[in-house]
Amino acid sequence: MKSKWTPFLFIGPAVVLLIIFSFIPILIAFGISFTDTNLIGLANWSKINLIGFDNYADLFSDEKFLESIGNTIFYVIIGVPLAVGSSFMIAFLLNLVGSWLASTFRVIYYVPSVTNIVAIAVVWGFLYNQEYGLFNYLLSLVDIDNVPWLEDPLVAKLSLILLAVWKSNGVSMLIFLAALQAIPRVYYEAADIDGANRWQKLIKITIPSMSFATFFVTVTTLIGWLQFFEEPFVMTEGGPLNGTNSIALFIYQEGFQYNEFGYGAAASFILFAIIIVATLIQFKFRKSDQTL
Amino acid sequence: MEKTIVITIMTVGGLLVSLPFIWMVLSSFKTEQEVLSIPPTLFPQDPTMEHFVNLFQNLNFDVYLLNTLIIVACSMIGLFLNTMAGYGFGKFQFKGKETWFVVVLITMMLPGQVTMIPTYLLLNEMGLTNTMTGIVLPGLIAAFNIFLIRQFMVTIPDDLIEAARLDGAGEFYIFTRIIIPLSMPILAVQVILTFIGAWNSFLWPLIVANDEALYTLSVGLALLKDQNVTNYGLQMAGSTFMVLPILIIFIIFQKYIIEGFNVSGIK
Repeated sequence: MKSKWTPFLFIGPAVVLLIIFSFIPILIAFGISFTDTNLIGLANWSKINLIGFDNYADLFSDEKFLESIGNTIFYVIIGVPLAVGSSFMIAFLLNLVGSWLASTFRVIYYVPSVTNIVAIAVVWGFLYNQEYGLFNYLLSLVDIDNVPWLEDPLVAKLSLILLAVWKSNGVSMLIFLAALQAIPRVYYEAADIDGANRWQKLIKITIPSMSFATFFVTVTTLIGWLQFFEEPFVMTEGGPLNGTNSIALFIYQEGFQYNEFGYGAAASFILFAIIIVATLIQFKFRKSDQTL
Repeated sequence: MEKTIVITIMTVGGLLVSLPFIWMVLSSFKTEQEVLSIPPTLFPQDPTMEHFVNLFQNLNFDVYLLNTLIIVACSMIGLFLNTMAGYGFGKFQFKGKETWFVVVLITMMLPGQVTMIPTYLLLNEMGLTNTMTGIVLPGLIAAFNIFLIRQFMVTIPDDLIEAARLDGAGEFYIFTRIIIPLSMPILAVQVILTFIGAWNSFLWPLIVANDEALYTLSVGLALLKDQNVTNYGLQMAGSTFMVLPILIIFIIFQKYIIEGFNVSGIK
């Protein structure tokens, strides 16, 4: 029955589809990033010209692209520590309550991450509404003036971060929780005998034991925030004044709103390079951390 | 004492986290005027189903729902192909296995934004833009799922498969009758996550579909938001309709999903 072709029967369909829709596209993206491919070129290939590094050069003098990079860096610097910190806090507290209460809360805190981003953005758009939104109403009860949640470039960035942290906490929390439960009880018992207080146990046992989970969560969160897309796309469309535009959204706009496929592809490779560099830096840090 | 404080914090936090959902559901039953009333009411004073009726009678949500369900069904075929590949990589020795597996792993690390534009161009060449096939095909295979399933397949004893072969069972028979039932713990999680992913699919259908007849619920909802800027009752009804099925499925099956995180061994 089993021939040397059997394994290929099993992996074949998946591998062929992956090659067509993931592997070849990278090569195409790389190729067209050196061309001026746009809607006209799509209809008539002879209109496509090889333009070398022009797209890349143009990008770095494109005000809008530079702003998108700035915004993305802002998202990462504020968002990553907030997201990692808050999910750690939730996991830590959940681990203290134990039993059925913990499993109930676990579900509640996890729910935002499985729900639909468009629905979430629509609901938060209502909450953030300057006139009719619940948030401003609640603030008015304590005599705080209307906050322009999505109308001011800086506040809008922060509003999107708040929403994204709320949505992303669930998954990281579960990873932290698994790591917390894997710490051997004896460590704490030994520390108790030595008379360690709560704080010392947290700093000397809990946090060091979770270094791998923290590393894993930080790397994946960072990659996620570098690709920040749906929230600004649905809620602000990059505005006001390009204040919430991200690199990922810029790529979408160039590719599918202005049909500048070559230019968009070049921007996507810059994003790709940023992700690779950021990830490598983290691995480097982790290595030096271990040799300490 | 300490426990009481922690429970209080968790309860307040839990309420804050659920607030958007509570507000969404309550607002979806309010009339258009009541949604915008200041001060806002918590519970609808004059509960109405008009927004939900409106979604289906005037706004094509029935078409969007059908399209979404087609995508969900196709994603299950994709999951079957992923499972086959996971089995192939986990249980067979063959020439070039490592190379092919590396190909799979590399595609896992690519940001979606890089493949987005060329995949669209590719589909355009194939004449598949603005078709259901074009919406479904590129997302059928997920390298990460193949990877997870392979990890599980490795733990299935070889003897079992060998014994079945000696009894004269065909390879595909072994796969569907022995391997799949044995893989239920991991497949259950995959089915739920695949369902959620397909139900929520947004960006790719938005890019590929120009025709409203191909829109998914997410795309329809985004459209609704742009068109009915002030009708928040209607928007909340649309959101509720998208979120509730997921919430129900998740709450029923959450045990498997959450345990799945422990099974996958990220510690």
